[in-house]
Amino acid sequence: MTVDQTDPTNEPWEYAPSTQSTDVVDIASRYGLWIHGEEVDPASGSYFATTNPATEDRIAEVASGDRVDIDRAVKSARSATKGWASLPAAERSKYLFRIARLVQERSRELAVLESLDGGKPIKESRDIDVNLVAAHFFYYAGWADKLEYAFAGLDPKPLGVAGQIIPWNFPLLMLAWKVAPALATGNTVVLKPAETTPLTALVFAQITAEAGLPPGVLNIVTGAGDTGAALAAHDGIDKIAFTGSTAVGKNIQKVAAANNTRVTLELGGKGAHIVFDDAAIDQAIEGVINGIFFNQGHVCCAGSRLLVQESIRDVFLDRLRTRISTLRVGDPLDKNTDVGAVNSKAQLARIEELVAAGKDEGNDWFQSDCALPSDGYFFAPTVFTDVAQSSRIAQEEIFGPVLSVMTFRTAAEAVEKANNTPYGLSAGIWTNKGSRILWMADRMRSGVVWANTFNKFDPASPFGGYQESGFGREGGRHGLLPYLESGVA
Amino acid sequence: MSITHTSTTEPALNLGAATNREILAFLSTVPPVDEVGASERVALFKSRSIKADAKMAALLLAVQMMDLTTLQGDDTPGKVRQMAAKGIRPDPSDPTVPPVAALCVYPSLVPTAVEAVANTSIKVASVATYFPSGQVPLDGKITEVENVVAAGADEVDMVINRGAFLRGDYRAMCEEIVAIKKACGPAHLKVILETGELGNLDNVRRASVLSIACGADFIKTSTGKISEAATLPVTLVMLETIREHFANTGQHIGMKPAGGIRSAKEAISYLVMINETLGPQWLSPDLFRFGVSSLLNDVLMQIRYLKTGHYQGADYFTKD
Repeated sequence: MTVDQTDPTNEPWEYAPSTQSTDVVDIASRYGLWIHGEEVDPASGSYFATTNPATEDRIAEVASGDRVDIDRAVKSARSATKGWASLPAAERSKYLFRIARLVQERSRELAVLESLDGGKPIKESRDIDVNLVAAHFFYYAGWADKLEYAFAGLDPKPLGVAGQIIPWNFPLLMLAWKVAPALATGNTVVLKPAETTPLTALVFAQITAEAGLPPGVLNIVTGAGDTGAALAAHDGIDKIAFTGSTAVGKNIQKVAAANNTRVTLELGGKGAHIVFDDAAIDQAIEGVINGIFFNQGHVCCAGSRLLVQESIRDVFLDRLRTRISTLRVGDPLDKNTDVGAVNSKAQLARIEELVAAGKDEGNDWFQSDCALPSDGYFFAPTVFTDVAQSSRIAQEEIFGPVLSVMTFRTAAEAVEKANNTPYGLSAGIWTNKGSRILWMADRMRSGVVWANTFNKFDPASPFGGYQESGFGREGGRHGLLPYLESGVA
Repeated sequence: MSITHTSTTEPALNLGAATNREILAFLSTVPPVDEVGASERVALFKSRSIKADAKMAALLLAVQMMDLTTLQGDDTPGKVRQMAAKGIRPDPSDPTVPPVAALCVYPSLVPTAVEAVANTSIKVASVATYFPSGQVPLDGKITEVENVVAAGADEVDMVINRGAFLRGDYRAMCEEIVAIKKACGPAHLKVILETGELGNLDNVRRASVLSIACGADFIKTSTGKISEAATLPVTLVMLETIREHFANTGQHIGMKPAGGIRSAKEAISYLVMINETLGPQWLSPDLFRFGVSSLLNDVLMQIRYLKTGHYQGADYFTKD
């Protein structure tokens, strides 16, 4: 735009595109499996395409691993357990520190690839995901030689081979959450990345090779749901860790029970933001925005239900309406994009279906009037107001940029409504009153309770759910336990 | 004169008749500010990547929003005339660079400034009310304001009585602003909160609410005379107060961060913050000013860089 010197307000100031260059990342046309420290062809010889959800363009072909490949990977991991577990713990630390540093060195490359393959805004992959990945490896590198102090007198020992299945919403971060504690505790790993977002895991495999990680300690088998099912059902694994949908989690639990495999599950959620009338309203608005529109709402601990005290309902919704109109939706690689692309066509269809259901139920709603790109999978930030507790959009996880707003009158009612869900992963409490924060936090049936903030992650802090949100904790000292044989675990 | 609640439909308080106790009760209904949350919001504004055309537009707009300021004991008419020339034609080699918004000077230099910018678009602002401390009785402040307006100042930058505010005598603080507003007549009133002396963002919001209710046309962060001057979080809280006032009354209040803004990059962060907090309507010198003494040359340097592709040394930009 040009500035009219007499009246600079006659044209809006548009931010010019500021697109992150993709030169930093070198993408192969085809990726094999990562087994025993090298890239190998899949037994079936078949590959599938991974696409950029913002453009629908094919990025690369990735190996489709099957039962035979899983078996090969598990055998490789088994063969490496003895050597890895018997290394002096301080030596294991060194590998993890090395990996953490390499992640930092290649952070821009990993961030760009994460945004290309998964659709999340570059400002998030760059400022949040990749930083937390490195932090997680640094953190668990520190624990590796202190396990005897962490669990004094309990003689902690590794389990052996850990099977790990991770989702598409935070591909590399979920890898870090699973791989770092498993390796720190002396286990070896077979990891199955999500079908739509395998690329950063495959670059990570190269990083472990660069770090000199012994062959077999980390194996990566890409593929779809069948590949994951084959891993979960393999009787050669000692533990299965899964992050993903509740339906798949339940299946995994059945299979694991049959094989006597240990299980931890991190599943869905329908987190509640509870905003009291004495809250710092402008900051609560930001928290609510971050809680549901961060990563397009593809966050298991998203604050997808807003419980706002009835006395401030009107003013809160007014401000929310204004605020969502300033969210910039579009090209994930533009540094000014706030909300990127929905991860896949299937997920977009799921969001559209639930939003249609919400409208059919007669709920009021409003939506950002932002322009959406013509190609790719995008969904405008959407808010349903005065939603009934019984509504589908209040009960089911949408996993998209859609917020359901309800009201409450008293703290007791807020607790009752917030807990009235089969899930139990996260909650946010917004009040200026310290004693009320503690009173509420005591009563929230959710693994994480944030007070006057939301979606804050730190490797030192355990994360996990209640009920249909799963069990087991990742992060912190608690995150070591699921990978240890000990007097308590 | 009435105070309208910043967020809900509470009955308005008539300030003229309000006791201090009533003002205090009213202030307790102003929503609190979470400092951590405000800082996080600001970090997002700073992370916006403003390039190419958008950057050029921002830089030119920033020039038009500047109150070029000199407030020193050794100010002279010569110094003010120099500053005026710079303000009229910031970059003599580039006529596309617009003039600044105003000159801001001490009362004794108002006549010089008025004469120096005669027949230009540039306004003259004078600090008053015994800037920067404001520690004199009210009648002295009123006389000073009447004098600068009579001398031709278009805008008056007053300081609030922080002593009164901090000891809880809100009525005294408000009475002063009301009296000064009256003394301003047609001149625009900018009310300086001196946020570095208010201690926290809750107080910034309260002082903003009261200043607006008492008739401020602009609210301004700082005198520039203490080390903690304008910051992005402080400005954000003031902008949010302005936004709520606009939502409740439809009235546009202006904002002026002052002191400590020295780089073009920082100035652009402020523009991003206005754009995303109050909207494009506020991206105008009528509603937003930068109180600055050394920002202009950095902005000019960036403008020339965008046009030529390389930076030029400080000696290629005039020092007034």
